[in-house]
Amino acid sequence: MAEINRDDVAHLARLAHIDMTDEELDRMAGELAVIVDSIKSVSEVAGDDVPATSHPIPLSNVFREDVVGETLSNEEALLGAPDNADGRFKVPAILDGE
Amino acid sequence: MTAVTDEILTFDEAMEKYDPVLGFEVHVELNTRTKMFSSAPNAFGDVPNTNVTPVDLGLPGVLPVVNGVAVESAIKIGLALNCRIAEKCYFARKNYFYPDTPKNFQTSQFEDPIAYDGSIDIELADGTVFTVEIERAHMEEDAGKLTHMGGSTGRIQGAEFSLVDYNRAGVPLIEIVTKPIVGAGSRAPELAKAYVAAIREIVKNLGVSDARMERGNVRCDANVSLKPKGQEKFGTRTETKNVNSLRAVEHAVRYEIQRHAAVLDSGTPILQETRHWHEDTRSTTSGRPKSDADDYRYFPEPDLVPVVTNEAWIEKLRAELPEPPAERRKRLQADWGYSDAEFRDVVNAGVMSSIEDTVAAGVSAAVARKWWMGEISRRAKLADVEPAELGVTPELIVELNALIESGKINDKLSRDVLDGVLAGEGTPAEVVEKRGLAVVSDDGPLLEAIDGALAAQPDVADKIRGGKVQAVGAIVGGVMKATRGQADAGRVRELILQRLGVEG
Repeated sequence: MAEINRDDVAHLARLAHIDMTDEELDRMAGELAVIVDSIKSVSEVAGDDVPATSHPIPLSNVFREDVVGETLSNEEALLGAPDNADGRFKVPAILDGE
Repeated sequence: MTAVTDEILTFDEAMEKYDPVLGFEVHVELNTRTKMFSSAPNAFGDVPNTNVTPVDLGLPGVLPVVNGVAVESAIKIGLALNCRIAEKCYFARKNYFYPDTPKNFQTSQFEDPIAYDGSIDIELADGTVFTVEIERAHMEEDAGKLTHMGGSTGRIQGAEFSLVDYNRAGVPLIEIVTKPIVGAGSRAPELAKAYVAAIREIVKNLGVSDARMERGNVRCDANVSLKPKGQEKFGTRTETKNVNSLRAVEHAVRYEIQRHAAVLDSGTPILQETRHWHEDTRSTTSGRPKSDADDYRYFPEPDLVPVVTNEAWIEKLRAELPEPPAERRKRLQADWGYSDAEFRDVVNAGVMSSIEDTVAAGVSAAVARKWWMGEISRRAKLADVEPAELGVTPELIVELNALIESGKINDKLSRDVLDGVLAGEGTPAEVVEKRGLAVVSDDGPLLEAIDGALAAQPDVADKIRGGKVQAVGAIVGGVMKATRGQADAGRVRELILQRLGVEG
């Protein structure tokens, strides 16, 4: 696995629309590199005969009946929103700065 | 909107030099009762942000659970598209930052779609058949609906802020992706329309989607590229987003072919980008170029377990599939005894199901066709609606036809009766009564009118006496005019000939 470097972190921050200072980028690059290294050790024990897995429990086909359940009210839905208008979430102009 | 008008060639010019290559991504919203991963209602047009649960809002700590019916619908779509169904498939997170998804990712499928490697035959209006290969059909969820405020006309450009309704977020979607379609040539725009129409017909026929394009149940992204004639290698493509009517699909593909040709002719490379379709100007404008924002960092969804299929399950679903639309057409044409041309006209006019219902209600296939292809289609064209939207029921046609067959009204009067019924004046029989539309069946007034018509055209009368029976039409016309159409033309003809002592 490739090392995580400062450019990778800057790229990810840009994708996530997070402003990061140079100092934060340096620190995060170091911290993430440690995490990636730790995870890398998994591939040392998992050989080619071990399929990639995304879930620790060997389950499949966990389905829900198609039956309507409880929903939030409009007020409840908007409770955590920083801003709202007209019963909807209000977000800043999307193309701003592009 | 910026008023930049792109140069375009005429379609014929473009076709002389280039071969178009098409590709489609069609998104189909399923009509399950609930969403893909939550038990919130899947419903259109409700109060904003009421069909939501914490799962749909991406609140911390929530866990999605897959809608089993949606999975079965996905398999049915796969089977109807002659796809292979995956033995095992996974969900994946497609990460992007945009307010239409509160989770900052869309739950989709990446490397292992539930259905893959299919194909469908698409029949064009003149009967030409193109086979379109299906690359994959995968399960995912719809995004919320954004409304851009403060800009000029609700466009994203210049908007001050946007409002978000998450009722649609999480609605089950099946994305159907074609392989590149080559060889359509100048039929490409027509094929584009026919392909989307076929997908819409298939999912509607399966009962898995309401398939209403005006509500966004079926949405099309159309990929177009051109290659100089004879060249193997594909050109750079553009993707025109959300072309949401059949007509628009045809126009958008045609426009992009013409625009690409002009760009290529000028020696400029095509920019790989998203284009936006504008119905008002029937043109596309540049969206955003492919950029590093398209770095979706897919990874397997850790909150969902794989979907595993088996033959018994797939065969059970296959057995539930309705008759495929193409086979249904073959059967109906044989039942009705229409010629190829007649049947194609019926299909193109969008009245096949109406005729089927009308025949089932009790008239002959010929009579049903006469009504739907004649008077009803004519009215639909005038009103710019689909024939089926005029409110003419099969029962109404049965009643009108019974009145004609009993001799009470004729074809011409039946149109006035239809007017009356559609205007809410009552049943056909009531309209005949109220408007006094019954055929004049008493010979007395008819003979009077005939004598008048003969006197008005003595030379014609002489011709008929002299044996030119075909001249009788002019007299019949005069009588029909005098009786304002309320006579039985056949009877009038008989009486004229009797009057003149000529054998019919």
